[in-house]
Amino acid sequence: MALESPAASKAPLSLRKQDARTAWFLVAPSLLIMLGITLWPVISTLILSFFNAPSGINQTRTFVGFSNYIGMLTDQTFWETIWRTLYFTGVSVVLELGLGLAIAQLIHSRPWGWQFLRLSLIIPWAVPTIVNGAMWRWIYNADFGALNGLLMALGLIKHYVPWLTMTNMAMNLVIIADVWHTMPFVALVLQAALATLPEDLDEAAAVDGANAWQRFWQIRVPLLRPAILVALIVRTVDAFRVFDIVYIITAGGPAYKTLTITYLTYLNSFTFGKQGTGAALSFLISAVTITLALIYIRILYRPEETQ
Amino acid sequence: MERRKFGTKLLYSLLTIPVLVFIFFPLLWLFSASISTQVELFTVPPHWIPQHPTLQNYADIFFPSQAASSVPRTFAVALLNSLKIASAVTIICILVGSLAAYALVRIPFGANRTIQLGMIATRMIPEVSLILPLFIIASSLDLINKPIVLILTYMSFALPYAIWLMAAYFQTVPVDLEEAARLDGCSRLGILFRVVMPISVPGLVSTAMFVFLLAWDEFFYALIFTSTLAAKTVPVAIAEFIGRYVVNVNGMMAGGILAAIPPVLVALIFQRYIVSGMTAGAVKG
Repeated sequence: MALESPAASKAPLSLRKQDARTAWFLVAPSLLIMLGITLWPVISTLILSFFNAPSGINQTRTFVGFSNYIGMLTDQTFWETIWRTLYFTGVSVVLELGLGLAIAQLIHSRPWGWQFLRLSLIIPWAVPTIVNGAMWRWIYNADFGALNGLLMALGLIKHYVPWLTMTNMAMNLVIIADVWHTMPFVALVLQAALATLPEDLDEAAAVDGANAWQRFWQIRVPLLRPAILVALIVRTVDAFRVFDIVYIITAGGPAYKTLTITYLTYLNSFTFGKQGTGAALSFLISAVTITLALIYIRILYRPEETQ
Repeated sequence: MERRKFGTKLLYSLLTIPVLVFIFFPLLWLFSASISTQVELFTVPPHWIPQHPTLQNYADIFFPSQAASSVPRTFAVALLNSLKIASAVTIICILVGSLAAYALVRIPFGANRTIQLGMIATRMIPEVSLILPLFIIASSLDLINKPIVLILTYMSFALPYAIWLMAAYFQTVPVDLEEAARLDGCSRLGILFRVVMPISVPGLVSTAMFVFLLAWDEFFYALIFTSTLAAKTVPVAIAEFIGRYVVNVNGMMAGGILAAIPPVLVALIFQRYIVSGMTAGAVKG
């Protein structure tokens, strides 16, 4: 095997050293791929963010220092976009966790057909994001959509409403579509976590006279804390970078009312031809994500729990 | 007491109804549109159940004729592209990722923890943060519209995820088994391929499934790296058409159903692995 000591004169490698060599050999392909398509682009983006870089083949780049960042931070669109993205993230994550926890508990209490309910939850999760977006866009359609048809049949509206052109509704409608797709993940993860909790604590509390509501909030939820935190962070990271579903349902409109930070980055980089600004925004997103990732790692790998 | 228990059960069971309605109503509406004729789709109030259901929208995609509009013809190509790319990503990730995952969890070589944590962090970095340099280099190498660029870039999210899932699985393989093989003179690679891999088939299958779903779902890279109809994947094809050709909504919806069938089927067949995979991916490293 190639990893053995090449020259016979050399002292034979200790088993441990030989092992370490094998390990590097096994890890190398993955490491090279990740360095090439993740680490290098992040660094390269950081460098690009200090240049004025109009897109196009023969455009020259000029070093501009922090001016892309200053331009970004003094742009009102940027701050509006940040708040909008935080609104999207906050509302959708709270809805997902709230509904997810409620549905997890519902499955856990074994109603009739709970297995069917658990199986059904997998479907929205597995439907591709873009198909989900296309589906909701058609539901919200102003002329022939299901939402209008339904509300009309229930007598809740008198005439059809062009939902997606309403500046105060569009973002909330995108959130509903996103929750449909992502809430099942939270529900399934929390349900699996609930199933691992010891039953005797619950029974003991019941004997002591705690009602179902008290047992849920005072026994199960605290025990679920790690799982809830993990779901919270995974979903927050995901929601903060939302792009696909916005692209397909509203394309950032109406009047930029659903423009998120990833979308703004995309527009700067590929539509407005301002790659320097795009790079500054990209790097900002990396920084936020890495910070969240570090928090996540700290929660998962607390020193006393490792190995 | 029994009566009260029955009441609670009934109450909980009734609560499942709104949840099921929320899950299935949009899907049924999508399906209903996909088997509608153009005329029936554009009616007010909507026909919830089509009066003249047709499979023509599906037939147009599978047997694209000149008579069919460009929507179904593009879908046929896009479905094939998505299938090829997602399969290639899955195979590479399993091959490359399982080697790394094994080394990371079973051979101490000084950098295990650093690399593992690095993988978690990279898994979270969004595509938009990597796109500019990747796009610039792909353009200069003339790789735009080539499947290879999507296969390579999809690794940025698929590979760390695969390694993470595989690592979680390999950790459950008993060390004793490996020790025994080692005493019999098996090398590390021999142990990996003859002992660990064969008993890790369930882990490999569930990892492959998750990676396939991720690649099938991917939109952002495909949007940036493809511009011709021949190169597009299903999500991009859907996105392209939805804005432009309002006329063929039923064709779009049939395409949407077809795009959703492979991942939904895979997820339902392997549902046992789904929840454990989600939990391993999210909760354990």
